This record gives sequence, structure tokens and C-alpha cells, in this order.
Amino acid sequence: MRRFLRPGHDPVRERLKRDLFQFNKTVEHGFPHQPSALGYTPFLRLMAIGTRSGAIKLYGAPGVEFMGLHEENNTVMQIHFIPDQCQLVTLLDDNSLHLWSLKQHGGASELREEHRFTLKGPPGSPPSATQVTAVLPHSSREVLYLGTESGNIFVVELPSFRVLEDRTISPEAVLQRIPEDNCNRRSCELVEALREHPKNPDQILIGYSRGLIVLWDLQNNKATHHFLGSQQLENLYWQRDGSKFISCHYDGSYTQWPVSSDNRQPEPLENTVPYGPFPCKAISKIYWQTTKNGFPYIIFQGGMPRASYGDRHSISVIHGSQQTAFDFTSRVIDFFIIFGSDPAAEFDDPSALVVLAEEELVVIDLKSAGWPAVHPPYLASLHCSAITCSHHVSNIPLKLWERIISAGSKQNIHYSSMPWPIDGGTNIAPDPPQRDLLLTGHEDGTVRFWDASGVCLHLLYKLSTVRVFLTDADPNDNMNTLGEDEWPPLRKVGTFDPYSDDPRLGIQKIYLCKYSGYLAVAGTAGQVLVMELNDEDAEHVVDHAEADLLQDQEGYRWKGHEKLKTRDGPVRFEAGFQPFVLVQCQPPAVVTSLALHSEWKLVAFGTSHGFGLFDHQQKRLVFVKCTLHPSDQLALEGPLSRVKSLKKSLRQSFRRIRRSRVSSRKRRGGSGNASEVQEANAKFDQDALQEMELAPVQRKIEARSAEDSFTGFVRTLYFADTFLRDSSRHCPSLWAGTNGGTVYAFCLRVPPAERRMDEPVRAEQAKEIQLMHRAPVVGILVLDGHSTPLPEPLEVAHDLSKSPDMQGSHQLLVVSEEQFKVFTLPKVSSKLKLKLTALEGCRVRKVTVANFGSCKTDDYSENDLAVLTNLGDIQIISLPFLKLQIRYPCIRKEDVSGIASCVFTKYGQGFYLISPSEFERFSLSTKWLVEPRCIVDMPEVTSNNHVHNKSGTENAARKS
Amino acid sequence: QFGAEFRRFSLDRYKPGKFEDFYKLILHIHHIASLEVMIGYADVHGDLLPINNDDNFFKAVSSAHPLLRVFIQRQDEVDYSNFGTNTLSRKKKALVTLRNDNLRRRPHINISMPHDFRPVSSIIDVDILPETHRRVRLYRHGCEKPLGFYIRDGTSVRVTPHGLEKVPGIFISRMVPGGLAESTGLLAVNDEVLEVNGIEVAGKTLDQVTDMMIANSHNLIITVKPANQRNNIIRSSRMSGSSGQSTDSTASHHSLPTSHMLQNFHPDEMESDEEADIVIEGSLEPQHIPKLHSLTSSSLSRINGSSLSHRLQRDLVLNNNSGRESNGNIHKLLSSLKTDPRHSLVIPRGGIEEDGTVITL
Repeated sequence: MRRFLRPGHDPVRERLKRDLFQFNKTVEHGFPHQPSALGYTPFLRLMAIGTRSGAIKLYGAPGVEFMGLHEENNTVMQIHFIPDQCQLVTLLDDNSLHLWSLKQHGGASELREEHRFTLKGPPGSPPSATQVTAVLPHSSREVLYLGTESGNIFVVELPSFRVLEDRTISPEAVLQRIPEDNCNRRSCELVEALREHPKNPDQILIGYSRGLIVLWDLQNNKATHHFLGSQQLENLYWQRDGSKFISCHYDGSYTQWPVSSDNRQPEPLENTVPYGPFPCKAISKIYWQTTKNGFPYIIFQGGMPRASYGDRHSISVIHGSQQTAFDFTSRVIDFFIIFGSDPAAEFDDPSALVVLAEEELVVIDLKSAGWPAVHPPYLASLHCSAITCSHHVSNIPLKLWERIISAGSKQNIHYSSMPWPIDGGTNIAPDPPQRDLLLTGHEDGTVRFWDASGVCLHLLYKLSTVRVFLTDADPNDNMNTLGEDEWPPLRKVGTFDPYSDDPRLGIQKIYLCKYSGYLAVAGTAGQVLVMELNDEDAEHVVDHAEADLLQDQEGYRWKGHEKLKTRDGPVRFEAGFQPFVLVQCQPPAVVTSLALHSEWKLVAFGTSHGFGLFDHQQKRLVFVKCTLHPSDQLALEGPLSRVKSLKKSLRQSFRRIRRSRVSSRKRRGGSGNASEVQEANAKFDQDALQEMELAPVQRKIEARSAEDSFTGFVRTLYFADTFLRDSSRHCPSLWAGTNGGTVYAFCLRVPPAERRMDEPVRAEQAKEIQLMHRAPVVGILVLDGHSTPLPEPLEVAHDLSKSPDMQGSHQLLVVSEEQFKVFTLPKVSSKLKLKLTALEGCRVRKVTVANFGSCKTDDYSENDLAVLTNLGDIQIISLPFLKLQIRYPCIRKEDVSGIASCVFTKYGQGFYLISPSEFERFSLSTKWLVEPRCIVDMPEVTSNNHVHNKSGTENAARKS
Repeated sequence: QFGAEFRRFSLDRYKPGKFEDFYKLILHIHHIASLEVMIGYADVHGDLLPINNDDNFFKAVSSAHPLLRVFIQRQDEVDYSNFGTNTLSRKKKALVTLRNDNLRRRPHINISMPHDFRPVSSIIDVDILPETHRRVRLYRHGCEKPLGFYIRDGTSVRVTPHGLEKVPGIFISRMVPGGLAESTGLLAVNDEVLEVNGIEVAGKTLDQVTDMMIANSHNLIITVKPANQRNNIIRSSRMSGSSGQSTDSTASHHSLPTSHMLQNFHPDEMESDEEADIVIEGSLEPQHIPKLHSLTSSSLSRINGSSLSHRLQRDLVLNNNSGRESNGNIHKLLSSLKTDPRHSLVIPRGGIEEDGTVITL
């Protein structure tokens, strides 16, 4: 104990530690959780997304990413880029405005908050007087127009946020010029929209929520035109030349209005209810885009028939005779159109529609026939189906990498070939040092292969295990096949589909051998699939084998779920990983551990009942071992499924919350009842959380005993070629560790390659170690004669690792949740240990061997243990002496799912989920660091732009 | 039995009666009537003195202040060299050395204890702890009893330079009837847990403390601030045994020994104390599971049975604690029970290997 209390301070080691270890959270992968606002600047070609937790993220070309966080952690309501600047303004739901800038610093751009501001009314005025509802950054870049709930439009100077009180546009001033019989004071309540005239910066269009629209002359401070809409106004959009504009309304209609100098109070040109005649939902936002061929694009959000399609989240595109209502699986937050950025161009010629839905980003190519979707290079919806497990493989050989990409490209043929349209900024990060794969297992039985090499987590390939099984849902049921004459012309887009057909399909464990292309995948209902990579489509029969893990244990009945039914006969598989063998554990409990040895062609799997070894070459079960304590009734009855179902019901209730949130229409903060609904939801959320926290506040202090439940739960499996029996002969071995602190070691006899099919693989139990502290065994590792962890299967054969040292004596490292313990081999006697829990009160949740290279010299690297504890701390522990090197707080200890989702890489990086849809990437290494480094330059067109704008205005003036 | 058992009973201070009656009373209340025992007591100077006749019994009772601490040892184990001023006022370390020397010189003293003699719990480190605290060691070696207690979150009041301050603390919330914790009588509901095996729990969550206790369950040492402060070993007259439950008036956390070391507990012991993992070698077919289990448990119980040979040493140590206490004329007692598991396993012939952790079947 004294040893730990007074750690030796070896200055050389301390210096080396600084060269080896360094903790950084580098980048967030995936889709922002609970997005709440969207912004885009055609000038920089950057997109900004704000979230309910106050984060703001900017995205441009792949690799160009910035992130900022509002201190208040309040919901971002609106994002507006300042024209022709590297600046943007955000409006939060506490009515504060924030000015952010992209500034270059140390060769790279950084996003920084510059100023903050809250509009203050005169003393005694109601809060609604200054509640900002609309923001217009003026093209002069000098002022912001802020429309409020009171109908006042305040003018603030940038970047100081000084209120220019003499320029405030009050409802009274507006009403002066409008005949009183049409309007009264109430007509000017709540500014819904502010739009600057596209050609004349001195004119702004003001839309009030009750339907009144006013064209305001900033020079003369007076209303030049007014337009009387009969319906509640939702939004406005100018046509490109400024001669017309379009307004959209609460009743699902949109109206085109002419703007000319001769008529100060024009009548609408056209009033349409696109999905009438029955009552429709509001159209909350609309675009009017001109094209060379004459047919404009009218693109709007909402407007669906209230009764039959009121629950849809749609965006409709009308272009000539073509009309499609893109149907999203989650609520649409906002959208924008990317069109030609050249202000001199005569037409908009839109190229892409970018939609931010609550759970995914969808980009539609408007230039290609059929308006196909564009495959986003980032912002992937990791949670298309809930992530159930993840597995990281470092340094993928190029061959396998290309094969996976090629398999994936065959799945992506329905995507548009359009290059990614949001391409601002320049990625200046060095190329990723190696090809890394992150595999995520999902609740719907799919495994997604992500390119995790760099800043952009990019989907390469998606594998589905569903085809092997018979499920309720017919896989041929295609939502997209709608008849020609369907009305409204809905088209489902996006990939987010959180509703799993069958929770038993869920993937629990993944093991990929990067050298052989063998993949083992195990799931919730005890299914273990072994797959092989095939570059072609193929139809074949999947071999089945059952592994009865209970064996002779009589008189018990599994009360959990049934196993999945399998499809008889040959099954057609697309190119990629194709299953050839299914091992079904009995009882079909969730698979809790999995190991694959591609050289010996063996796969080992464990559940709460025991473990087994399967020879996937001969397709023969080698042995099974029941680990169940005879008295452990709970495990036998399948309480895991009960636990699971509790979890599931919780998840479902959260889903319900989410769904109600989804259906609640977006409203501006403080106004309307939707925000109340949101509040209520948030409260419900909180209540649900509190309820979960109402666990008994007292804890039982009791030593573990053999009679505890779930001691037989197999937590870890490990293959090793080591000295199990005697110190002269090594042999293949399989190690298993259980929840009850037992380690089993089996000696394996694998026939030589030439007789591999002729002789059976044999296994014999050689050792059983019972740790007296009985804590769950979470890791087993054999160190060779040089105290180096044994290489992975086939690693030596591919010349990627030195052969392990078989001369010196091997050591066994057993990691339990409480202790690290090194034993000698073949005679298992304790050599040294580190009692983590006894000393610190934390427990090991994840442990991996990681290789750390020195940032100073290329020739030094060492292997250490990277450990994540239940407190969310990461510790690095040296091998083989088990000395704590360094400790970093990483995840909040309350973030149980974050801790559970953490996965370490072989080179000291890691990922954990910070929300259902986002991985945080972190690095413990000084050498391997993947973080965004990018630069955003101001395009040089600024001055021309304005010259042209002026002349445009003049032209417009001349015309009129 | 002869484990660390504590009995409190009252006697008429002025008419204590005859030694003979006292001796019988002692044997009776301890249910050890059939044994020959040596009775000793601690006098005001902290010396251990024998009680074996009416005179010294009367002297003992009259000088009791206010409690008479009586120590009972088996007749045949009494190390007479422990009696007397010289021995007991020495520093503990010296004492241990000395006694070990004695043991070596006197081979006739039986160092292994009879089977009915088993340590259950002990108060340790009284000399280095503030008197409001109590450090309790619970032994689970060969004990079938569950530890048997629960802990909870709570608030405790501390004296700080800024006055009284409420801080979160961990408290014993419940005792399981018949459990080890209850049977010792040294822990009670609402006692505040300050340390677990020498590590302060301040700033740690309930779950962390739970995990620490369970991880140390084979040899759990908890330092508590008893809710009932009247049973404290009194060292200071101003204490007068009336310290309240939540106001820690004399000793606050910063007065705890900063080293966090348990004085009577050597690091070596900590390393080698508990858990000898069991390794079963050889090939056993999976269907032999039940047999395997019975084998394991039988070999375990053999070990456990033999662990009754714990060397039990009962030291009566009285430290002159003037260094830390201003009125150092008051001495205190230290009852230390030591187990050394290196000696606690009887090695079955041929079955167990030299390090005592591996069983080859």
C-alpha cells in the first residue's frame, strides 16, 4: 500500500510519460443531438447547426468543422450569418444574441464568441416587448434588424450590439401610412419575417404575424407598400429580381405578391393551397427560386392535409409539372437551398436542397432527374437504429479496405453523384496516419462500417444480418414504392428508423479479423454468425449448429425470449460480408462475449450460462462449458430479458416523449403553446430521470460469494498460444473469465493445416482459477517472454508483428473489475497485483492494451493498459509492472451509457457516445491525434459584389 | 469466546466485594466457567496489572476512572513479562520486538490458538486516532457470518476554520441481525464512516465507498465516528464522554493522521493478507461441474478450518501519548489482534504448493 501512496518519482520516467501520454477530446462524430437551428452562408459555403444544449457547429468541405458552445447551454433558436463576413449571430431561447467569428490563429481558423447581447426594453415594459422573433443581418454588415413580439423592430449596430434607438421601426410609425380601415394596432403584433430587398438594400420587407406585410424604406423611414394578407403569416421570400415576393401562411397556402411603384397596395397575383381543398397545416417556410427554363422552384415546408397527413414531416418541391413531397422520419428543424452564388447571374438555378431534420441531415440533388439524395460525407446518423455495441479495428490492410469500400459502393447506387455542395473552407489537417474502421452494431440487426481514420466519420458499408432470419417484417416491403397517382406525392427520404422490427436481432458483439476478412457477429437472442467477405452477390445456405450451454443441468426452464427462426434453404446475399455459419446458443440468452481466431478457424462465444467453442472450418462444435452455479436460478430463468425489457420499456417511454416532441410544431420561444409542450416534455424527461435516480439510497456491504447471481455470466474470452501445461511445450488455448471471478483455461489441439479438415479440434480443460475477491473478470491477456502482449492471430503471418517470444516464461494478466493481477505460467501463481477498487473505490469498465509511441523519438513505443473506470476516469497502467501512469477525467460518472459505449483503439485513442447519435473521439497519445484543423478564407468577391449590387439596384430603379 | 469481546457491567465502586466473586462473575458473564483465566486491569498510568486477590481487586476498582478496564487472558497464555510498568509504557514497536524475542526464547508458549478462539473484530490504532473516532477491523476469515451492514449518504457537521459546516458523509444505515458487524458491537447505525482500510472516504460517493468496502471485505478496516460517543475510550478530561452525535467538537477531519497508514497494520500484511486464489489444474470434463464445485468448496473449507490456527496475539499496549495530547498523563488502551495469513493456512500434504495459493488436483 505504501507503494501506491508514495509513488516513486523517477524524473526520467516522468519525462517519458510526458512524451507518451496526453489527453485530448478531439472531435465529435455523428449527428448533433437535438438540433434546433440551421444557418447557411453562400458566401463562405458553410453550414451552421445549433442545438438545444447551446452547441453550435459549423461544417464545410469534408474535414472542415468548427464547434462552439454557448455558456448558457440554452437552446439555439436562430442562426444568421453576417453577409460577406466570417461572422454569425445566434439567438438563444433566453432571448440573448451572440456574435461568433471565425478567426485565424496559429495557421488555422477558430470559432470564437465575440460579443453577447440581450435586448432591453424600457423599464416596466413586458418581456414580450423585446422578445426577438426575427433577425435580419443587413447586407451593409453594420446593423442587425431585430423583429420582436411587440411588433417593434429594433436596430442594433455590429459588432458592438449598440441599440440605435432613433432607427427603431415602431408599429405606430408603420401604421401611419396605412389606411385605418384595413389595419389597427393589433395588425402589427409580432414580427414574423424580415427580408431585405435583393437589389435595394434600403428596402426591407416586414411581415407581421396577423398577415400584414409592409415594404419599408430605410432611407426615408416610411412604408412604401403594404400588402394585406387574409391569413396568418408564417414566412416571406423575395424573388431574385425583387419584383415579386411570396408569402406562406398558417392555413397551408402561399401567395405571390407584385411589387411595383405604381400600386402601393397591390392585390395578390396568385393564392394557392397546394394540398387543398381540405384544411391543411401551416407552411412555415418557403423558397421561390428562378431558373433559366422559366419554371421556378417553389420549395416549402409543411402544408400537408391536416386530417390524413398532418403527422408527416414534409418538404415539398414544385417545379413545373414535377411535384414531390419529401417525407422525413423525424421533425424538420429547418432547411435551405443552395443556388448559384454569383450575384450577377440572372437566375437562382438551385442545385441542392439541404434539410436538417431532428435526427438526420438530408441533402437532395435538384439538378439530377428524380431528385436523388446526396450521400453526406459527415453528420452521419449513427443512431439510424440504436447503437448496441461497437468494435474498433486499427490499421486496416489496404486490400480489405478497398473490398469493403467496393461492397459499400454497390449499396449506394441510388445516391446522387453530385459532389458535396457544402464545400467551404480548406482542410489542412495532415492525412490520417492509418486506415481505421469503427464497426457499430445496431438494434435492428445491422452492422455499420465507418471510416474512422479522420475527422469525418463516414459510412463505408452496411451489413444486415436480418436476411438469415425470418422476422415479422417482410424485407421486401418497400416504403418508397408509391403509385404514380398517389396524392400527396410523398417520397420517404433519409435513413433514420429507430423502430426495430424485432429486438432479438440486436447486435451485441462484433469481432473482425482484418487479415482474413472473417467477421463474427453475435446478437441478443444467442445467435452467433460467422461471415466471410465476398466481392460478389451469392446465394447459399447458411449452416446451422446449436450449442446447448446448459448441458446436463436439468429441471430449469428458460423464461426469456425464444431464439430467432431461421430462413430455410439458400439465401441471397449481396456483395460484402456473407454469413456461412450460424451457431445458436441454447438457451438463447444474449451473447456476452465473443472471440475469433482466424488462423485456427475457431470462434468462441459466451452467454450468462456458459461458453462454447466452434470450429468454423469443419463446422463442428468443439465443446461447451456450463459456467452456471447450480443455485443461480435467476440466470437460468433469463432475468436478463426481464432487465432488458425494463430497459426497453424505459426506452419506449422516452421514445414516446420524443414522438410527442416530434409532433409538436416548432414555435418561437415564449410564444405559442408548443413551447409549453416542450417544457412539459422537458419536465417529463426530468421526472423520468429522477424516478430512475430514486434507487434505494442505502447500499449493502457484503462480500461476494459463490451463491451470488450471475456468477456464471461469461464476460471475456481470449485465445492464446502459450504455456498452459508445462514450460517446455506451448499450445493453443482458450481462456474465459466470468462474472464470479472464475477463469477457465482450455488446452486446444488444432490439427496442422494439411489435415485440418480430417482431424477434429480437441479441447481439454487445463486450469480453473477462482479469484478470491470474486469480482467479474473483464480482461485476460498473456504476455510473452519479453512481457509483450501476444500478437493478434495472423499478425505475425502478415509480417506486421514480431513473433512472440517463446523462450522466456509467459505471464497471465487477469483484469477483474477490482484488481489487476499478474500470474506466472504455466504454474499459476500470483506475481503482482494492483488493487484498484480497494484503493480508489472505482471499478474497471473497459480495458485494452494500447501502444503508445513517443512524440520525441520515432523508435520508442511501449504497451500499456488503457482503462476506463465506472467513474468515467481513464487510467493508463504500465505493463508488466501494473503501475498507474496517469489518470484523466473523461466521462461524467453519471453518463452510464457513455461509459458503457466507450471503445479504445490499439493506438491510444477512443470513442464514446455523448448522445445516441454522437461519438466523442479522444486521444491519450501524443502521437496519434485526429482532430479538425482547417482554414476558412474570405473569398475575394466582396467588393465586386457590392459594386454589382449597387448597379443592380440602379437597374431595378430604372426599370421601375 | 475469547475473540475480541467486550462486556460492560457495573460494580459497586465502594463495596466491590471479594475477588473470588468477581472472578466467578467474569467467568459467568463470559460463559467460560471451565477455563482458567488470568484477569488483569489497566491502572491510571496505563499499566497492565493483574487482579488475583482481594487487595488488588479493591485497588483496581477504587482507582477506576470512571471505567475499570479488565482484561482476561487464558492462564496458560499469559506472558508475565507483559505485566509491569516497564513493558507497557514502551512504544508499541519495541513491544512487539520484545515480545517476539520472548516468544523465541520461550518455546513452551503455544502460538497457535485453540479452535474455539477466533478473532471476530478489533479496535485498532487507538493511539493515533482522535478519541471521537474508532477504527474497527472485521475479520471474515473462516467466518460464515455475513458482514451484514448497510451504508447511506448523509450530512455531518464539521468544525472548520470558518465555523460549523455541513458536509456530505457516509453513515451506517442498517445492521443485519446476526451479521458480523452487529455481533461485534463496535459498529452501530448512524456511525459516520470516515475511512475504509486507511483511505479517507471524504469526497467519495456512496457507490465508491460501497465498492471499496466490498473490495476489502476479506479484511475490512473501517474508521467510524460513532453516533454514540459515550462509549469512547476517554483520554481527555474535557471530553467527559458527552460529545454529541453530529457536532464533532474536538476532532475534525484534519486531525486525522495524514499518512493514512494504519499503524498496526503493516503494508506487507496488506499485500499478502487475504485472498489466496484457488487454481485447479488438470482436465475436468464439463459434466463434472457439480463434483468440481464440491471439490472446490471442500478444499476451501479445509483451508478455512485450518485458519483457526490464526496466531492470535493479544497485546495490551498502553502508549504514552503525550506527543499529541496536551494532557498526556492520561493513557489509553490498545487492544490489538493480529492475524497473519501466511500462517493462517495449514498446508495440506502434497496438495498445496509452497506459496500456498495453488492447489493441484
